[in-house]
Amino acid sequence: MYNFDFVKPTSLADAVKAMAQEDAQALGGGQTLIPTLKQRLASPAVLVSLSGIAEMKGVCVGDDGALCIGGATPHATVAKEAAAKFPALAALAAGIGDPAVRNRGTIGGSLANNDPSACYPSAVLATGATIVTNTRKIAADDFFEGLFTTALEPGEIITEVRFPVPERGAYAKFQQPASRFALTGAFVAKYGSGVRVAITGASENGVFRWTEAEKALSANFSAGALDGLTVPSDGLIGDLHGTPAYRANLVKVMTKRAVASA
Amino acid sequence: MKVSMTVNGKAVSGEAEGRTLLSSFLRDGLGLTGTHVGCDTSQCGACVVHVDGKAVKSCTVFAADAAGANVTTIEGMANPDGTLGTLQQAFQDHHGLQCGFCTPGMVMSAAALLADNPKPTAAEVRHHLEGNICRCTGYHNIVKAVLAASGQDADRIAAE
Repeated sequence: MYNFDFVKPTSLADAVKAMAQEDAQALGGGQTLIPTLKQRLASPAVLVSLSGIAEMKGVCVGDDGALCIGGATPHATVAKEAAAKFPALAALAAGIGDPAVRNRGTIGGSLANNDPSACYPSAVLATGATIVTNTRKIAADDFFEGLFTTALEPGEIITEVRFPVPERGAYAKFQQPASRFALTGAFVAKYGSGVRVAITGASENGVFRWTEAEKALSANFSAGALDGLTVPSDGLIGDLHGTPAYRANLVKVMTKRAVASA
Repeated sequence: MKVSMTVNGKAVSGEAEGRTLLSSFLRDGLGLTGTHVGCDTSQCGACVVHVDGKAVKSCTVFAADAAGANVTTIEGMANPDGTLGTLQQAFQDHHGLQCGFCTPGMVMSAAALLADNPKPTAAEVRHHLEGNICRCTGYHNIVKAVLAASGQDADRIAAE
């Protein structure tokens, strides 16, 4: 990999300053970025590690009842500390990668990268979570802009994610067994105001809401309510693991499984 | 830049570039070649070490990011008198290694599991070791070794 200057600020203010340098890149847990650097697919001049910033780590409950997770919180911490308040999210975190990856990889890193097969984006979109950065708050519906693309501006850092905890919710993932990324994953969240469904791993544009399923489940929250629905395979991912038609079927199957276990 | 940390209880420091991986710092900088680099793509787990008590893949952590941390490698797993630690001895007793290349990572991942869950089931051991690949496919005896090290009867587990 190409060399870079490495800095590890201990406060958000210092991290924001460091990110203002030319060609600076934020480093979360590095579980995607370091392999990317090794392949020379990225060549930042400055790498700003966010893992030394205590104020960006941890899980807590906000005044409005939302579950707040610091942007630099590793998956393993979410798996443990969110279990009582939001078990579906804890289970999602506990299923990312493997134990060593979960000890390093962070929620902020995953969301900023917006891999089309990552798990977290589905939870954020299905719950209508709020992404808090050093400059603003971004609604989940406005955050994901397509393949590896988000609403984040250069230098902007995800400091916290606030999840409204659903009455019932679950994540069901059909995993690619080697990488444990989602071949297709469905996150279902039921609120008093209705049901939201977000699908990851399936679309060439990354995570998306399956609005037909949301309507059907808002009227009748049962797996059977999805029986009459079909998912078009246009724009879905086709690769050696599965065709677009296969993934279209998985969208429905995994959503049903999520509803059944919610 | 100069990077300092504690490795296996000893304060150490060495020169590192920004891009120097923890695995390179340990192996090339400190001569601790027990940490193996198998795939260098964070998939195989041969390079697992503990950083502040957490198992991590040292090929996917920068040395500079571990500055100031408490690092334990396979060299730190033996007893103070140099004899094998309980987990290491269990790997030997149960033939938990064939070529031995993956063993340092297996031992470090298993040690992290036992610290968290002192009496895991066979299924929990297998699940926990899913990020550690043994290309000899000697998983069954590895699971036996981990169960034996936890003080459980390892001979009764069935192959899965």
